[in-house]
Amino acid sequence: MAEEHICTCHANDYIDPLLPQAAVVTNVRTDTPDVKTFRVVGKDGGICFDHMPGQCAMLTLPGVGEAMFSITSSPTNTEYKEFSIKRCGVLTDALHAMEEGQEIGIRGPYGKPFPVETAFKGQNLLFIAGGIGIAPLRSVINYVRDNRQNYGHVDVLYGSRSANDLVDYKEMCDEWMKEEDFNVYLTIDREQEGWDGHVGFVPAYLKELAFKPDCTAIICGPPIMIKFVLAALIEMGFSKTQVYTTLELKMKCGVGKCGRCNIGSKYVCKDGPVFRCDEIEELPNEY
Amino acid sequence: MKKLAVKDLNKFFDAISADQLLYMPLEKGGSVNYGIYSRGDKYDPTVLHTVKSVKDVFFPQCESMASFVTAGKKFEVAPIAPVDQSFTVFGVRACDVRGMEALDKVFLSDPVDSYYAARRAHGTVISVACSAPEETCFCTAFGIDPTNPGADIQAVIAGEDILFSANTEKGIALLDKVADLLSDTDDSAADDAKASIKEILNKLPLADIDLSAWGEGKTEELFDRPEWDELCKSCLGCGTCTYVCPTCQCYDIRDYKVGDKTTRYRCWDSCMYSDFTMAAHGTNRPDKKQRFRQRFMHKLVYFPDRYGMFSCVGCGRCVAKCPVSMNIVKVIKAMGGKNNG
Repeated sequence: MAEEHICTCHANDYIDPLLPQAAVVTNVRTDTPDVKTFRVVGKDGGICFDHMPGQCAMLTLPGVGEAMFSITSSPTNTEYKEFSIKRCGVLTDALHAMEEGQEIGIRGPYGKPFPVETAFKGQNLLFIAGGIGIAPLRSVINYVRDNRQNYGHVDVLYGSRSANDLVDYKEMCDEWMKEEDFNVYLTIDREQEGWDGHVGFVPAYLKELAFKPDCTAIICGPPIMIKFVLAALIEMGFSKTQVYTTLELKMKCGVGKCGRCNIGSKYVCKDGPVFRCDEIEELPNEY
Repeated sequence: MKKLAVKDLNKFFDAISADQLLYMPLEKGGSVNYGIYSRGDKYDPTVLHTVKSVKDVFFPQCESMASFVTAGKKFEVAPIAPVDQSFTVFGVRACDVRGMEALDKVFLSDPVDSYYAARRAHGTVISVACSAPEETCFCTAFGIDPTNPGADIQAVIAGEDILFSANTEKGIALLDKVADLLSDTDDSAADDAKASIKEILNKLPLADIDLSAWGEGKTEELFDRPEWDELCKSCLGCGTCTYVCPTCQCYDIRDYKVGDKTTRYRCWDSCMYSDFTMAAHGTNRPDKKQRFRQRFMHKLVYFPDRYGMFSCVGCGRCVAKCPVSMNIVKVIKAMGGKNNG
């Protein structure tokens, strides 16, 4: 897989990579009280552009603005792209107000993907997600499911504030839990009526489950969760070179030029968002 | 080498601007900036710096990239094509020529910025050697020779004459176009003029600023230095330094909506602003110290790490324009170099 990923969404040479193409929202699914998943296809059908798991795209609502979102569908899905988006600002409010058939702008793919075809190949994989952090990991997990022969045992540990806040719960129950050699562990922060699963924070549950460090760990979630999960993994005998995560910073251009996501000599939009934990350690502590 | 009497410069400008735009330093409202020449406009060779650098010509402070037309749920993108006409820029100083090299590293690296690339491809740059460098100048610290400014054509004023030499194919073509106005000359007058400029350069107070503590691989040594706490205190976060800087390239992308038509444009932005990195989930640089440090670390450490050159060119604009007299020279001196007394 090439290291550099260039925007492939513009057939016409003179159109700048900063400009979106029009696409259609064909389906809106309400996952939780503040997360919706949008299905997007090109105006003439199709997936707008190819991507790899972990890569992102810029979505535009004209007049409202543009922001970077991780692509939650797997590249093995050749019919549409999906974005699971939490409502938390001006643009995401407007996105949540969209109905099916709404046309939006899309450009990408941006960033360095998870090394699914290199470092991850042949490995046991441990996915650890919190809240909306499942969005980018779902792309990897479904890619792994669709190329099952290339990977070892898979564990998914996913936690959320409450049972109502678990994104993709239906897909997890109906599909993931039925896979062979594939375990899904769910947890919520506090006791809740009707929930007979695990209760407690992700880092604590992780230690309880006592995974052996014979796998590659992939973490995504709120910064505070990532911090404690990483500490727990180190305690459990993992090395930072076998742990991957993603950084999330304000972005405008997506191509390493506008300066917003700059940390040290890196641009998160271009050199990330996926980093191995030992690579993050080399960056100035400003993320 | 070609010669023209300084008093005949307007003939030269008229000939060039007959069939293309000519940008040059022009006085307007009491300040000098790059503007489009029209017949009769005067070039003042005694003005050392424009307020905004030549960056404004190649990466304008504000530029539209596309129109979005919406109708109900429908959405169309109408891109605005990059520049496709040749133009010339006259009067660029050596520091700004180096500033363009820094911008090239950013905008011409993959994926290429088509708007910037089109302007670089269609623009011919005529630099002019500095006749009277000022005490805020420290370009020589970055290995810049203001008597040999480079670019497509370089010019030096020697007494009553301005002497041109072409460095590139584009430069040769432009001098050919105005060949009727120029006469041949040898290098001696130019060499004499450069020698006397160099005497001034040697006397400049910031000429021997020591950069040895800065550059590639210095993040660990410099990032947590206690001096940042004190240095950042006076900064107002006004962003003036970033706007006048020839290498600051941070930008914003925004929409301007009137009715069902939206213009997507980009404009300069500043890492000194508190909302620069503000996202819906918060900002990674909430403190002034972090923002202040980011600007100088980027110019003097991160940019060298990534692109192999400093992204300060010693033009001194920020030194002259900062309302509280805080500047990159003070930062360089505060943190290193035993020769920075």
